[in-house]
Amino acid sequence: MLDYLIRRVLYAIPILLGVNLLTFALFFMVNTPDDMARIHLGAKHVTAEAITRWKSEHGYDRPLFFNEQAAGVAKAADTLFVEKSLKLFALDFGAADDGRDIAREIKTRMWPSLAIALPTFLIGLLAYISFALLLVFFRGTRLDTAGVVLCVALMSISGLFYVIGGQYLMGKLWHWFPISGYQPGLDAWKFLLMPVLVSVVASIGDSARFYRALFFEEIAKDYVRTARAKGLSELRVLFRHVLGNAMIPILTGVVVVIPRLFMGSLIIESFFGIPGLGSYTIDAIQAQDFAIVRSMVFLGSLLYILGLVLTDLSYTLVDPRVRLE
Amino acid sequence: MKGLSVENLSVEIAAGGRLLKPVDDVSFSIGADECVALLGESGCGKSITALALMRLLPEGARVAAGRVSLQGEALFDLPEAAMGEVRGGRLAMIFQEPQTSLNPVMTVAEQINEALAAHRKLRGDAALAEAGRLLEAVGLERDRLTAYPFQLSGGQRQRALIAMMLAGEPEVLIADEPTTALDVTVQAQILALLRDLQRQRGMGLLLITHDLDVAKDMADRVAVMYAGQIVEWASRDSLYAQPRHPYTEKLFAVLPRLERRGERLDSLPGRVPPPDARVAGCRFAERCPAVFARCREEAPAFHEAAPGHFARCHLAEPQTSRPDAAWRNPGSAREPSRIPPAPASGLQSEVLSVRDLAVHFPVRKGLLRRTVDHFKAVDGVSLAIKAGETLALVGESGCGKSTLARAILRLLEPTRGEVRVAGEAIGGLSGEALRRKRAEMQIVFQDPFSSLNPRMRIGEILEEGMAALLPLAAPARRARITQLLDQVGLPLDAAGRYPHEFSGGQRQRVAIARALAVQPKLLILDEPTSALDVSVQAQILNLLAELQAEYGLAYLFITHNLPVVGYLAQRVAVMRAGRIVEEGAAETLLTAPRHEYTRLLLDSAPGRGR
Repeated sequence: MLDYLIRRVLYAIPILLGVNLLTFALFFMVNTPDDMARIHLGAKHVTAEAITRWKSEHGYDRPLFFNEQAAGVAKAADTLFVEKSLKLFALDFGAADDGRDIAREIKTRMWPSLAIALPTFLIGLLAYISFALLLVFFRGTRLDTAGVVLCVALMSISGLFYVIGGQYLMGKLWHWFPISGYQPGLDAWKFLLMPVLVSVVASIGDSARFYRALFFEEIAKDYVRTARAKGLSELRVLFRHVLGNAMIPILTGVVVVIPRLFMGSLIIESFFGIPGLGSYTIDAIQAQDFAIVRSMVFLGSLLYILGLVLTDLSYTLVDPRVRLE
Repeated sequence: MKGLSVENLSVEIAAGGRLLKPVDDVSFSIGADECVALLGESGCGKSITALALMRLLPEGARVAAGRVSLQGEALFDLPEAAMGEVRGGRLAMIFQEPQTSLNPVMTVAEQINEALAAHRKLRGDAALAEAGRLLEAVGLERDRLTAYPFQLSGGQRQRALIAMMLAGEPEVLIADEPTTALDVTVQAQILALLRDLQRQRGMGLLLITHDLDVAKDMADRVAVMYAGQIVEWASRDSLYAQPRHPYTEKLFAVLPRLERRGERLDSLPGRVPPPDARVAGCRFAERCPAVFARCREEAPAFHEAAPGHFARCHLAEPQTSRPDAAWRNPGSAREPSRIPPAPASGLQSEVLSVRDLAVHFPVRKGLLRRTVDHFKAVDGVSLAIKAGETLALVGESGCGKSTLARAILRLLEPTRGEVRVAGEAIGGLSGEALRRKRAEMQIVFQDPFSSLNPRMRIGEILEEGMAALLPLAAPARRARITQLLDQVGLPLDAAGRYPHEFSGGQRQRVAIARALAVQPKLLILDEPTSALDVSVQAQILNLLAELQAEYGLAYLFITHNLPVVGYLAQRVAVMRAGRIVEEGAAETLLTAPRHEYTRLLLDSAPGRGR
């Protein structure tokens, strides 16, 4: 097990390095440091001097990969790539282009993100699985057909519709919740409930259908027939045997997202005005703030790899055949 | 009455607008401590019958008519809750595939305890103690309770499944092909276990099988099923002494045996009528050697051909005889047609010679995946086959026979040793030379359902190899496809059709044609008939024998089926744990084995009586 973990961590290094290099290259293919300076300074004040000053203030006056002016190791070290990208490996996110410390932003903004993403994740999982099991229990009846039709209808509607529809109904018409905004502390729940509800409903069609298909695949297997031949009740067959085995494919899709939960959702946070990491990322993309974007991409990749390792570990809990070595 | 009785059972399946009747008017009974075999080929309705008794029919299928009673209690009248108590309790069932029939994520104890809780209200320590007793009753150690299915061998899993089904103390146990997926030595053990349990517990046993020899060893009475109906119903002794239905007779006639070497096996022409066909007369009429006009007009009733021996055949009716009664008379029976021996010229040339071949797989461990050991799948095998000769390679699963085949073909790289095909060592070949050499050595795999690409037409499958390996232009290839289809007995329009349109036997013909297409000298046949019914097996074996006689092909015939070996092979090599333990002429080896393991294999083969 320990061997396995060490190996996975070692594998992660080249992957992260690749991600790093790729985002860096992509960004600077589209944008030169001069372009960045122009965007930040605004159209009116752009003089060559101002650009040079902005670049040196923000550390963009170095070459990308190779510094001919420097000596020795600094030829490679005193470059944009090392300064801006490689330092991420030490979790040194540096400052955003507007001067604020990215690490501090992440620390404050992850809590609102988590406050929405975690309940959405847990309530959603429970709702999707229960709904799918219900359909499977009533398989072949009209209830099952109706459920599938409902799922298809729900998944055919754009996610934005749920956001706007939810805000209109629950916010404007019924006055249950404020339409958007956020307030830290105990009153936060008022602002969180609607985004959570909307997120869960928005993906119930997709997910319930997917889980229903998983359960159906499982239910056709021989061991389920054996369980029935033992005289077990249908409920026990479903919960103990079918669900137990279906956990293996379910975990594959589910565990991997857990570490990324606190990075929040781009769309939901933007629409509901939640000051989380999702809206932080969206704002940074709009403002062409490379420092924030690369930090978030790096963090996302890191957490994704962590999610994959956790997935492998979770298999050992539900499947006795899996031994990590 | 005691035991289980089934009266006029019919099952219907609604599928795609058609109404199938896979089980039609089936009646039989099992005495309280009797073993009844339900015998038939695949698709005859025997498994559906069993599932109907358990009320476990798959969705879409329903009991259309009939009555099943267990010790006088009508099972189809019970509400589902009460049936739940009978199922796995008084009436239990074990299945064919021990690999998949157990829940992979639950321990043996958990799976037995479920049944104990459901039927005997045992929980906790009492349940655990009883589960331990059950395991011992099926010949497993108590410490296997904590094992997961993946930690057990196939035979152990089947034992564990039997223990689960004994937990409810059944009055009748249904065993659906319980040993078909097992090796012959393990099969013998499981059958012996079932027989002992049946006797000790005074339990009825319904054994569903396709194997005449297994039924002979196990059953007191036998019901033979064909196309959804029971066509013959008799005591074992009476049935095996003289079968009364032409179908049953044919089943015996198509079996390969040592004594039938060199003969063309009797075969069963045509196909079973599909389950939605409306047949006016006898369902076997189109394939029956004894058919006469009445058979096509009037469905035969069950007649008592001899005391207690029933057959669904007009000929079993006491007054009836066929206008021309000679068909069954042994005196006038045609001599079995013989397969001409291969022409003697040029047969002494050695097509395959293998010297000290070994395939070792590294076992890696630790952080740096260092090789700590080797698994010796094939460990120093030598053999030789001449043109026109068949060498049978016999062994149980895991002995390394398929690995050996792949190493001979250089589908995997041997660790050491030398393989010569037609005198040329193939170890040193690479690139173009190796590809050309592949035309001389071809293989036919076991499972015709998965070994043909489902998205390629038969013509494309046959042409692909030729285009790659032979210097033939497109028109010449097309002419050869026509010739190949004709040779293996497939209709010429097959070239434009896809594999799923063909039966298992036909697909295996396609696989053989594909191998022949590039004019090989050596054909490796890896269990080519194991997935087929016996009547189809006979056709394939005949085809193989004819092709060998015509082209002087050398066969390496990999199998676990000893009667097939006796019928087809001149020489036999017995393989165990990567090594050949005994090799010799088929007659000698099969009648006077020298190695202990060969003797065990021969003694385990079913059909030698109890």
